[in-house]
Amino acid sequence: MSGLALVGHQFRYDQKVFWRNPAAVFFTVGFPVILLLIFGTVFGDQTVDVRGGVETTTYYVPAIITLSIISATMQSLAMSLVIAREDGRLKRGRGTPLPAWVFIAGRVGNSIVVALLMLALIMALGRIAYGVAIPWSRLPSILFVLVIGAAAFCCLGVALTAAIPSEDAAAPIVNALLLPLYFLSGVFIPDDQLPAGVIHFADVFPIRHFFEALFDAYLGGGSAVSWDNLAVVAIWGVAGLLAAIRWFRWTPRAR
Amino acid sequence: MADSVISVRGLRKSYGELEAVAGIDLEVTAGEVFAFLGPNGAGKTTTVEILEGYIGRDGGEVAVLGIDPSSADRSWRERIGIVLQTCRLDPYLTVRESLELYAGYYRVPRSVEETLTLVGLEDKAGDRTGSLSGGQQRRLDVGIALIGDPELLFLDEPTTGFDPSARRQAWETIAGLRDLGKTIFLTTHYMDEAQRLADRVAIISRGQVVARGTPEDLGGREDRPTTISYRLNGEERSLQTTDPVEALHELTGHALAEGLELEGLEARRPDLEDVYLSLTSEEPG
Repeated sequence: MSGLALVGHQFRYDQKVFWRNPAAVFFTVGFPVILLLIFGTVFGDQTVDVRGGVETTTYYVPAIITLSIISATMQSLAMSLVIAREDGRLKRGRGTPLPAWVFIAGRVGNSIVVALLMLALIMALGRIAYGVAIPWSRLPSILFVLVIGAAAFCCLGVALTAAIPSEDAAAPIVNALLLPLYFLSGVFIPDDQLPAGVIHFADVFPIRHFFEALFDAYLGGGSAVSWDNLAVVAIWGVAGLLAAIRWFRWTPRAR
Repeated sequence: MADSVISVRGLRKSYGELEAVAGIDLEVTAGEVFAFLGPNGAGKTTTVEILEGYIGRDGGEVAVLGIDPSSADRSWRERIGIVLQTCRLDPYLTVRESLELYAGYYRVPRSVEETLTLVGLEDKAGDRTGSLSGGQQRRLDVGIALIGDPELLFLDEPTTGFDPSARRQAWETIAGLRDLGKTIFLTTHYMDEAQRLADRVAIISRGQVVARGTPEDLGGREDRPTTISYRLNGEERSLQTTDPVEALHELTGHALAEGLELEGLEARRPDLEDVYLSLTSEEPG
């Protein structure tokens, strides 16, 4: 098989494995849906004081899309790669003619497809449950932001595996990093409720910038593509890529 | 050697102060089952991982299928199959899907159906790998290692931790591979496994080969004394001799002439286990 056909082959099996894994499907697909329904129901009749005031439900749609994309890329890659590494499956793969880049490309492709699916699902749910208009005309900008963000968070997910020593440590480490940043970045708690110091702190990390870029693309108003926010996300992505190239391991660490 | 599949000269590998492999020579020829036997920590896995191209070496020359594994490429990987010591399978794929996934990595894979039959998993083809027993998972590991139709197969401790029936199943599968004409490099710390499966054995201890040969004549077993034991008037007796024919002739002739009963008469050559234990327990001078 040629390189690309081989990526397709690997991707097909990665998709099967993803959709058959109840924990992966729950945390990547089910959890964001539940969050949107909870936030929408609890804070549904309020407004958020950003951009001269937007309805809370409108605010939460791009917020939950942000979370879904990070979950489908960084979180799911870091967890599944650590498990495969500790199981010895990465090492077994290295013993076959499969080129390393094909294996990673299959996994990254899988993550990006799930991320696109989550975009569609959360947009549709926002429209049906809360009447949040789907911004059809800005879809190209949204997709552009999504692809840059998804690629960056994939790199960060692969890099993060180097900091996770065992299968058991995967979920605690990933959640300890992401959950506080979701809160501090305005994903769970709207911007106008957060002190300026918190926002400044969150501004160091890519989640806040990815959320802002996606928010701008979704609601329009400012520029279609928020380049400075995307640039920060991309820099984090490149740093992740370099770290992954330097420290990613194919052999088990815990044993 | 024309049909040399693995050729190793003076192989060395250290981890810090510890010299895991301290100058090993090996020669494995096409079509043979070669067992690399030794206790845990003797350097077996380090050696096999160098041969498989997973880790580098500090010294010595290594050629596997004529190529240095440390600079091996994709076409070399097409020609070898590896069964790792510990490796789980993706629990969400079926047995057949697992084989199909790996078959896709090779230019000219074996048939999936044939391979299922070869490792005796045709009845399990549609089952998720998570539902297989330990012995069945091991057979699937062997099937995956064979799916690229390799010339050379590495088996790293293929039955460690198995119950007797799972071991027997795995042995039957491995013994069956001989008929495919594959060269097999097996590491094990079980004497009976080497004896049962291998054409030739090298015993490794503290990073060095301490004995080599066929399972029958290993460690000069031919020259070691035979033990003759029997009971005479309820008393256990035994004697050691390098000429059992002569000794038995004398003993039984004497017994017949005197009308003595030699209960439980037995002549026993030292088995591989005795040789192995004496070789691997000797402290270096």
